[in-house]
Amino acid sequence: MYRYDEFDAGFVSDRVAAFRDQVARRLSGDMTEDQFKPHRLMNGLYLQLHAYMLRVAVPYGTLSARQMRKLAFIARRYDKGYGHFTTRQNIQYNWPALADTPAILEELASVEMHAIQTSGNCIRNVTADHFAGAAADELDDPRPYAEILRQWSSLHPEFSFLPRKFKIAVNGATRDRAAIQTHDIGYQIVRNSAGEIGFAVYVGGGQGRTPMIAKKIRDFLKIEDLLAYTQAIVRVYNLEGRRDNKYKARIKILVHEKGLDWMRQAVEAEFEAASRDYIALPDAEIARIKAYFAPPELPARASSQKFAARRESDPRFAGFVSTNVAAHKIDGYGIVKISLKPIGGIPGDATAEQMEAVADLAELYSQAEIRVSHEQNLVLPHVALDDLPVIYDELLASGLATANAGLVSDIIACPGMDYCSLATARSIPVAQRISERFGDGPRARDIGALKIKISGCINACGHHHVGHIGILGLERKGVETYQITLGGTGDETCSMGTLTGPGFSSEEVVDAIERIVDAYMALRNEPGEDFLTAFRRLGMQPFKEALYETSKGADI
Amino acid sequence: MALWKNGSFTTDAWRTIAEGEDAPPAGHVILPLDWWLQERDAFANSNAPIGVRIEPGAPIESYLDDLPRFALVALAFPKFGDGRAFSTAALLRERHGFTGEIRAVGDVLIDQIQMMERCGFDSFDITDATTERLLRTRGAPAYSKFYQPATGAAGDAESNGGSRPWARRKA
Amino acid sequence: MRFAISANRLLDGIVVFFGSNNHWVDQLSAAGLYASKDEAEAALVVARLDQTRNVVVEPYVFEVRAEGAPVAHHIREAIRAAGPTVRKDHGKQADLLADKR
Repeated sequence: MYRYDEFDAGFVSDRVAAFRDQVARRLSGDMTEDQFKPHRLMNGLYLQLHAYMLRVAVPYGTLSARQMRKLAFIARRYDKGYGHFTTRQNIQYNWPALADTPAILEELASVEMHAIQTSGNCIRNVTADHFAGAAADELDDPRPYAEILRQWSSLHPEFSFLPRKFKIAVNGATRDRAAIQTHDIGYQIVRNSAGEIGFAVYVGGGQGRTPMIAKKIRDFLKIEDLLAYTQAIVRVYNLEGRRDNKYKARIKILVHEKGLDWMRQAVEAEFEAASRDYIALPDAEIARIKAYFAPPELPARASSQKFAARRESDPRFAGFVSTNVAAHKIDGYGIVKISLKPIGGIPGDATAEQMEAVADLAELYSQAEIRVSHEQNLVLPHVALDDLPVIYDELLASGLATANAGLVSDIIACPGMDYCSLATARSIPVAQRISERFGDGPRARDIGALKIKISGCINACGHHHVGHIGILGLERKGVETYQITLGGTGDETCSMGTLTGPGFSSEEVVDAIERIVDAYMALRNEPGEDFLTAFRRLGMQPFKEALYETSKGADI
Repeated sequence: MALWKNGSFTTDAWRTIAEGEDAPPAGHVILPLDWWLQERDAFANSNAPIGVRIEPGAPIESYLDDLPRFALVALAFPKFGDGRAFSTAALLRERHGFTGEIRAVGDVLIDQIQMMERCGFDSFDITDATTERLLRTRGAPAYSKFYQPATGAAGDAESNGGSRPWARRKA
Repeated sequence: MRFAISANRLLDGIVVFFGSNNHWVDQLSAAGLYASKDEAEAALVVARLDQTRNVVVEPYVFEVRAEGAPVAHHIREAIRAAGPTVRKDHGKQADLLADKR
């Protein structure tokens, strides 16, 4: 993974020093809250329902064991002993004191981390496939390009006061695990007819109040033009994006209102006209950065008895392997998904002890590397199958062995009204109760691949629009009410969910979800037609009947 | 109101003309863009240096042809969060070769000053009392390492930050 | 309906309530309660001075149930006054338990 050089380290430490000064001025009264707020946001510090919240950047979801240990240390020393992994591959701390944040940022800087641009109207964390560098279906590792974008977008003087936040994702595999079509810019690595690697470029995706699927603005972009083209898009957006209405300020609205043709013309004109002096990526530099992401030397590990024997003798282990281990490009290896969704637990939360356990496992068994997925789980990307029994036992001891990755109880949920000052309803308790209803046993496995995503307000941080089942928590006359959408997905067949109809109370919503699942089970094509496929075949009607024939729901 | 330029406060050679006021075609006057577009003929035979104040959103095409005639362009920030003028300044410098003074007017935060300089701004109208006080006592916050080159004069004062073509150090 | 004033403490972001003696208290049970919105708004003017004094951030008025021990009317304010409903060991609800021990 990328390692800071002296320049990178200096960049971060300068900013930490500046923030230390800004906090001191704020606390001494030399700076008002209005003047301080942009600095606070630039360093990822929010004021939330109960306390400040610090959002630490985990670039394209890649962490070293050393970094994970530092995150655990910060949780213990400056927070309440835990952290929350988010739907943008970052980590959030819910209880830091403002006075402690300069110290926290210094701790982060010591392991090449920061909280820069995880908030505010600027380019945010560039996300990527959490299986990058390991997945069998990968064309090219997206992370070097994400790293280049990360650097270039860091405190960019021209693009720090955009109309609104700006999110970029890069995908390098055939399956889209990075949900690029839900981003402001999505880069899909492709090979053209001449055999060259480059990017298909998508623009104007997003969720929130007005979910939209990104549109393809360019079929093929040369790698060397990555920064020049990104600059063109962001510059057009900076100049033309709406600034009159916060809810109409994303680039998706600009594309929607002016049309893709207008956008393409404006971007291509800007791209053509711009000087490439510094912005064209030299081959040598691309190669140099790629070298940081070189595939690890994985010693050949012949498939051994240990793995097979354990799988045969231990049904729980076998279950774990079937759900939580994905195919690796190298024979004898697997990608391990560590679920942070224990049954009845808070999705995405991990204690300091759990973080350290994962760090230890990564160091011993996964090239000291960990990934954070936007579905709020952790990943050990390079695990020899032979090591799985030992790893599984360690995970079990740490409460991290829930065998539900991708299943009904692997729920994605934003913090919701238990933590977030923007929320209109709680999301976590709903996730907990659904998780308890379905569990991680035979029933959950029988149901199969099912992504439930829950947002506690219309801002959709829980990504409910792209849930196979999406739940949106709203408020109606002071009471929490939950709308359900069906048929969304963030993968390469991207679709936004469709509203089923009237919403449900907190008491009713889990039963409602169960009726949907039961309807699917009754109607699916055997063997194993998954929920999304079944929904696309059947349409909304049977699910609507299942939901509303027995109960009215509440009109919203 | 005070003018910050080249790291210190300095006297302002320019006077801003308000909408509707009569502008003499002499002396350093900053005209609202609309005023210029309507009255430009009155300046046809004048040698007086001309400045225009441009609000964000004014199409650049409307004044591009006149650019060589402007000694100063004042780009407005109605609110500090309205970042359009950053791009306008960058385009005026790097795309359209404007060599006159680019001034930031309006809601300018002290911590934006270096960013503005790196987009091609030369001078800053400071109207906020706290900002003015801080500039007088501490100067403008300035970093020394960047992941993008600066445009204009600020760029000339920077050197390469290593092998990455986009990285710069302040000289 | 009664009213109270809440803010976040600048230093650590913790939720505080405006007390009847113009100081900030940690628990809603000790907060100043106002019988009318007007009264509360008048108190808010005083409370806002503490934002200028860099003690608190963003004080605002919220509704409290008309009778009995002070309980916030809106669920959001109730969560703010007690702590996350999903971590009873965190927030003011936990502080209360700790105090009792």
